[in-house]
Amino acid sequence: MPEAIAYELAKKQKEISVAEFFERNKHILGFGNPTRALITSVKEGVDNALDACEESGILPDIYVEVKNPTEEECIVIVEDNGPGIIKQQIPHIFARLLYGSRFHAVRQSRGQQGIGISAVVLYGQLTTGKHAKIISKIEENQPAVLVELAIDTNKNRGEIQHQEITHWDKPSGTRIEVSLNADYKRGKRFVYDYLQSTSIVNPHARIVFKEADGTEHLFERTADILPKKSEEIRPHPYGIELGTLIKMSKETKARKLASFLKNDFSSMGDRTADAVCDEAKLDRNLNPADMSREQFLFLYQAFKKVKIMAPPTECLSPIGETLIRRSLKSETQEISPEFIFTASRPASVFSGNPFQVEVGIVYGGNLPKDKPVKILRFANRIPLLYQQGDCAVTTAIASIDWRRYGLDQPSGTGIPIGPAIFLTHIASTQIPYTSESKEAIADVEEIENEIKLAFREVARKVQMHINKKVRRVKTREKFDLITKILPEIAKKSAHMLNKPVPSLEKVITRIMDVVWIEDLVEYEKVRGKQVQTKLDVNNPKGQTESGGWIAKSTIMVVNYKGKPQKFNLYALFPKNATVGEVKPKPTKVTDSYIKWSLESIDPTDKIDLFFELAGLNKGDFDENDLYVQNINPTYVIGADKWEGE
Amino acid sequence: MARDYSGVITKIDSIAAKVYADLEKSEIPALQLSTRTKANIRFDDDLNVWKYGKNKTERAASSLDGAYMLLRTMYLVDFIKDMIKEKKSSTLRETYYISEGWNLAKFSSQNESDLLAEDLEVITGCMREDFKLRPEEDGARVIGNLVVEEMTRNNTKKKIHCQDDVGDAGYGIPYNVEKEKLTFKEVDADFIVAIETGGMFDRLAENGFDTDSRAILVHLKGQPARSTRRFIKRLNEEKKLPVLVFTDCDPWSFRIFGSVAYGAIKTAHISEYLATPSAQYLGVTPSDIENYKLPTDTLTTEDIAALKSELDDPRFQDQFWKHEIKLQLSLGKKSEQQALAKYGLDYVTDTYLPEKLVEMGMLKK
Repeated sequence: MPEAIAYELAKKQKEISVAEFFERNKHILGFGNPTRALITSVKEGVDNALDACEESGILPDIYVEVKNPTEEECIVIVEDNGPGIIKQQIPHIFARLLYGSRFHAVRQSRGQQGIGISAVVLYGQLTTGKHAKIISKIEENQPAVLVELAIDTNKNRGEIQHQEITHWDKPSGTRIEVSLNADYKRGKRFVYDYLQSTSIVNPHARIVFKEADGTEHLFERTADILPKKSEEIRPHPYGIELGTLIKMSKETKARKLASFLKNDFSSMGDRTADAVCDEAKLDRNLNPADMSREQFLFLYQAFKKVKIMAPPTECLSPIGETLIRRSLKSETQEISPEFIFTASRPASVFSGNPFQVEVGIVYGGNLPKDKPVKILRFANRIPLLYQQGDCAVTTAIASIDWRRYGLDQPSGTGIPIGPAIFLTHIASTQIPYTSESKEAIADVEEIENEIKLAFREVARKVQMHINKKVRRVKTREKFDLITKILPEIAKKSAHMLNKPVPSLEKVITRIMDVVWIEDLVEYEKVRGKQVQTKLDVNNPKGQTESGGWIAKSTIMVVNYKGKPQKFNLYALFPKNATVGEVKPKPTKVTDSYIKWSLESIDPTDKIDLFFELAGLNKGDFDENDLYVQNINPTYVIGADKWEGE
Repeated sequence: MARDYSGVITKIDSIAAKVYADLEKSEIPALQLSTRTKANIRFDDDLNVWKYGKNKTERAASSLDGAYMLLRTMYLVDFIKDMIKEKKSSTLRETYYISEGWNLAKFSSQNESDLLAEDLEVITGCMREDFKLRPEEDGARVIGNLVVEEMTRNNTKKKIHCQDDVGDAGYGIPYNVEKEKLTFKEVDADFIVAIETGGMFDRLAENGFDTDSRAILVHLKGQPARSTRRFIKRLNEEKKLPVLVFTDCDPWSFRIFGSVAYGAIKTAHISEYLATPSAQYLGVTPSDIENYKLPTDTLTTEDIAALKSELDDPRFQDQFWKHEIKLQLSLGKKSEQQALAKYGLDYVTDTYLPEKLVEMGMLKK
C-alpha cells in the first residue's frame, strides 16, 4: 500500500518560525520600510514605558535617544522611571512574540496584541545581528541588572546571552537599547512628531528626545496627575466573536450556561441571561464545557437578538477637556494661537464596546491660512501617524460644512482649509482599526457620529467666540466714538459758533443703546504656604502643592440704555476650580457658576463685579463665559442669554 | 478780483449749526446729502445732463465712520473759513497734509479728503473753488489752431497760439479755466478730438492731423480732470465746435466718454458745468474691433463686471451703447487705440479717422 499523500505533504510542512512569520508580515507590523521601522521601534518602546509607569502609579519620565552610527543602522534607546522588570521576566517580555496577559479581559490600553516591543528586538536581530541590551532596576537600594537578549526564532523564546550587575542612578526603571536597520535621515522628523503628539495626549508624561547629533528636545509635562486607571470589564455579548465565545467557555469556572453568561460577560443579569437562553433554545443548566459548536452558534445568534444593556462606560480613561487644552496650549506656544477650544462627548457604545470621543481645535496664530487644517488623530493616547485618508476621523471632519465656522471648504465637504489644528482622541476598550498596522480607525457609524457631534460642539464654541469678538469689536468702535470723537465734534461745532459745549450723556445712550459687559482675567502666582492637606491618591509623591495660580476675574457692566436696567448675571467657571472671593455678594454659587442678581443700574452708570478661582493652571481659564437673565439679550454686549443649567 | 465769500461762509456755518442743534436736542448728529451712486442719477431735461436724484445719504454719528466723517467735516469747514479770512487757498493735496495736525480727524488718505471736499460741494451747493481748494495741475494738453488768452501769475494777459506758440507737448490746461482766468480768442477749426492716451495724442500731432483735418486735439489723460472737461465744454459752447471722443475700446474708456458727455457719477452735482451733452463717441468701438480686425486682449473678469454694470447704468441706455456693450461682451475682447498701428503709423490719420468722420457725418468724401 502506497503511503498516503498526507504523509508526503507532512515532510514538507515545517513549523513556521517566528522569523518567517515576521518576515512575511513585517509591513502590517510596522516594519515595512526603514523609515517606518525607526518610528515603530520608538513607538513600541515609548508605549511600553508609559504603560509600565502608569500601572505602578508613577508620573512617567521618559528618555528617548536615537544614534546613527552608520547610514543604515540606528540605535534606539528608550528609558523610563517605571518599576523595572524582574530578571526572570525580561526574556519573556522583550523576546517572545505574542506573549501577553489574559486577552479576554477588556480594557482601554495602548497595545492590543502583545506583538509590540519583542517585534522590535526581533527586527533588530534580523537586520543587524546584534543583541538587544536591557537594563532594569526594581528597587532603589538594589543594583541594576544588564541583560543582552537574543531571540531563538525557532522556539520563539528569548535567550540571555550575557548578564551583569551594573550601577544605574535611577531609583527604578527600565532601559532598552536596540540596534536596527533604519533610515534616520527620513525618520527623525517623524520621531519628533510622534513624541510631540504623544506628549499632547499624555500630559502627565515628561519626554526627552535626544537626536543623533546631540540636540535635545524636552516635551514637558503639563499635568501632575496620572490619568484615571482604565478598568477591566468583562466582554459584552454584542461585541464577542464566535471563536472567542468558545474559547471563553473552555476557560470558565462556571458549570452552568446561565452562570457562565452572568459571570463572564458584562451587562448580563438573571433576566437577560434567561432571555438569551430562551432565544437560543438552550437549557440554562447546560455545562458550557459540553456544548457543541452548533449550540454556541445559536447562543451567538441569540446575543444579537436580545436587548442587552450597554456595557459600563466608566471603565474608560479619557484625557479630559482641561488637560487637552493645557497640553495643546503648551505644545503650540510657538504658534501663539488665537484660541483653543475643546469638547468631550459622553461615553457611548458600538457593538458592545464602550468608547468616548474628545476633540480640540487650535486656531490662528502663525498657522498657515492657505493649507488644509492639520489633523491630529489619537486612539487610546497613541498618535496615529499614517493612513489619515482612510480614517473615520477624517471622514467625519470632511462631512461637516466648515464654511459657516470661518474656514474655507470648496463645495462644503472635504478637509477644510485654514489656520487650525484639529485634535481627536478616541478612548475605547476596543479600537476598531482598519488593519493590523493600527493606523486608521474603521468607519464604524457610531464612532463617526460621535466624532461629528464632538466637532460640531467645539465648532459652535468657535463660532460663539468669533461672533462675540465681532460684536465686541463693533461695540468697542462705538466706545471710541462716544468717548473720543463725539466730544470732539461737540467742541469743534461749539467753537465755530461761539457757543457753550453741549452735554452729551443722552446722545451717548442713544448711540450705544446697549448694556456693555467687559471682562478681564488675570493670574496671580501664590507662593507656597506649606499647608497640611489630606493625602491625595493622585499625588504619589505625597507632596502638598507648594504654590499655584489664582485666576482673578473682573467684570464691568455699563448701562448705555436710555432706561435703568435690572437683571441677573451668571459667570461660568471650570468644574475643577475652587471659588475664592466674590464681590459683590452673589445670589448663588454652584460648582460651575456664580449668579448675581444685580441692583438696578441707571443710564450711563457702571458696576464692577469680581471673583477669584483657585486650582487652575495659568491659561486654563482665559475668557469669562457670561450669561444674562431677565433682560432682552439683544440689549447686551458681552454676554449671552441664560438658557438654564 | 476780490470776491465776496460771505455766501459761502453762511453755508459753511449752517453745517456746524446743524450738528450743534442736533447735540443740543440730544439727537444723534447727522448731515444729509444726495447719494452719489449710479442708482441715483437722473437725466435733467432742462440742463441736458445727468444730475443726482432724490435719494439722500445720511452721515450720522451713530456709526464710527459717520462720526469720523462729521468730525472731519467740522475741521475741514473750520479750515476753509480760516483760508477765506486770510485770503489763502490750498491744493487738495495740501489739505490732506494739513489734516496731519487734526488729531483724530486726520485723513488716512488723500482720496478721503478729496471725497469730503466733494461731499461739501454736494451739501452746500458751492463749488470746490468757492472753498479755496484746488486740484494739482494735471497736465492735460491741447494742440490746434486756437488762440487762448490766459491771466498769468503777474496779472497780465497773455495770448497763446496752440500750434505756433507751443512745443510738441502742446498747451497745458490750467486748473482754473473760468472766464476770469482764460478766454478763447480766434479759432479756426472744424471739431475737437478728445483723446484718451498720450501716445495717440502725440501720434495725431506728429502726423499733422490738427492742420490737415482742421482739428483741435485735447489730451484727456485717462479719466479727465474737471478743468479739462470744463475747457472742452466752454470751447464747445462758445465756439460751437463739435466734440469727438477717441479712446481705447474697453469699459473704462466708455466711462471716460460718459463723464465728458453725460457727467460723472461722482460729480453729478456740477454736471451742468462740466458735461458736453453733444459730445459723440468716435471709437474705438467694439464694432471697430471686428471691422478693422484689430489686435485684441481677452476681457478680464473686472472688465466683464464693468461692462455688465454699464448695461444698467442709466447713462448708457441708448441703442448705440446697448448694442456695442453687448457686442463686446459676446466678443470677449478689448483693444487699444494704438492697436491701429498694426496697419502702419499713418493708418490712423490716413484711413481710420477719415472713415470714422465720414461715418459720423463730420467729413464728406
